[in-house]
Amino acid sequence: MSKSNQRKSRIVDKTFKYIGLAFTVFALLVLAVLITDILIKGLTRINWSFFTNLPSRHAANSGILTALAGMLSLLFFTILIAIPIGILAGVYLQEYGTNNKFAKFIEINIANLAGVPSVIYGILGLTIFVRLFGLGNSLLAGAFTLALLILPIIIVATREAIRAVPGTLREASYGMGATKWQTTRRVVIPSALGGILTGIILSISRAVGETAPLLVIGALVYVPFIPEGPNDQFTTLPIQIFNWVSRPQAAFITNAAAGIIILLLITFILNGIAIYIRSKWYKNIKY
Amino acid sequence: MDYKLEAKNANLWYGNKQALKDITLSIEPNSVTAFIGPSGCGKSTLLRCFNRMNDLIEGSRIKGEFLLDKANIYKDIEVYDLRKRVGMVFQKPNPFPKTIFENVAYGLRINGINDKKLLAEKVEWSLKNAALWDEVKDNLNNSALSLSGGQQQRLCIARTLAVEPTVVLMDEPASALDPISTAKIEDLIYELKNKFTIVIVTHNMQQAARVSTKTAFFYLGELIEFDETKKLFTNPEEEKTQNYITGRFG
Repeated sequence: MSKSNQRKSRIVDKTFKYIGLAFTVFALLVLAVLITDILIKGLTRINWSFFTNLPSRHAANSGILTALAGMLSLLFFTILIAIPIGILAGVYLQEYGTNNKFAKFIEINIANLAGVPSVIYGILGLTIFVRLFGLGNSLLAGAFTLALLILPIIIVATREAIRAVPGTLREASYGMGATKWQTTRRVVIPSALGGILTGIILSISRAVGETAPLLVIGALVYVPFIPEGPNDQFTTLPIQIFNWVSRPQAAFITNAAAGIIILLLITFILNGIAIYIRSKWYKNIKY
Repeated sequence: MDYKLEAKNANLWYGNKQALKDITLSIEPNSVTAFIGPSGCGKSTLLRCFNRMNDLIEGSRIKGEFLLDKANIYKDIEVYDLRKRVGMVFQKPNPFPKTIFENVAYGLRINGINDKKLLAEKVEWSLKNAALWDEVKDNLNNSALSLSGGQQQRLCIARTLAVEPTVVLMDEPASALDPISTAKIEDLIYELKNKFTIVIVTHNMQQAARVSTKTAFFYLGELIEFDETKKLFTNPEEEKTQNYITGRFG
């Protein structure tokens, strides 16, 4: 290579580095502006009564109690439904079904499912859970819908975590006379648990922010009571925010900003836990 | 003579490729038998037939008989039971990401033994037999992954011994270890011979000469020569064996 060519490629190399840096900074800057804007608008609105008040016609008296309670109950049922199905499906696909056509067919479709817009899940939920199963616009219908939405995430995370477990560990277990199920339960799943948990938490943080599918299945925007059972109607924080944002009064916009801060905080905490588990797990386990 | 392990006209194919060609050999109880030969000669494959680890490889097919205490390994014995009686130690130390104690207790737990006192006794017995007890007795609840490579391999041996097999198969157990750890494993193999029947695959001919009572030399899927170790290394019958042990090929 000639000298001028070398210089040229050095310049290209440097230029690329700075362009990359500029775009990264730009993306972070946008996020920072958004967060700052929300904090300025909403931070002063957050006080204890904001958490304990029911929704109200008066912005100043409105709180997120029912939305928070609705969201937590919804997540509880969603997790209850999605975790066992997701883990078992992931384990089956990776450990038992890797070489049959049926599993390959399912695998492709799960990848497709992960890319389906969430509002489509809402329509599916409306058709199946709300109408066909007659669950109405209840917590349970919402939980089933959200569970469908996050299942692909859990399945994919489970499969990847299981795939990362070295074959030598399985060999060691089989070599001692363990059955496939014993090997899966006592060696493979415990070794993959860090990755599985990370996937589950990330899927929950995805579910936390979902609005569209819940609106489609008929979650209410105004719920003056805390849901007491799986058949009760409900609202969630993103829906409450959606409701406030669509109000003309400025005071409700402030409420929305405050609600967004809480929602962001929940998401950040969940993601933080996921990152913590991941780093702790991989520090302890090196093969 | 009551042989511990026998192969009679044993053939094995991986897909279309024949890995073992008409092998017949018998292994005496409480002996150390070494399998040597160049890579791809079938020695590991034959070893893995004795506890059916080849079953896990898709497309593998066998013909002929493999016997453990006169019973057909592929017909008369259930595979899980077989693997409890014929344990295996692998090339790379592969402890589970669990504590030292739980690693050794694994084989007992999958057999439904959960009695704490019994587990503790068996774990101690196994670790002592694997010459690891003194080094780890105060740290049984530490992660097995905190041990050195050589200790990990001895832990894997202890884990295999815990279910009290009668045969221990070793697939190049020291090839990933430093010379000092290797020497410890070799001493251990020599000791274990008193209680177990040992079959070891090795690339290291000095190792075969040091630890084994009998040696089998394989080449391209065939058993070329099987004799007393001393005889095979000093006065082999076959020219191929002579060439291999003097380093002319392989």
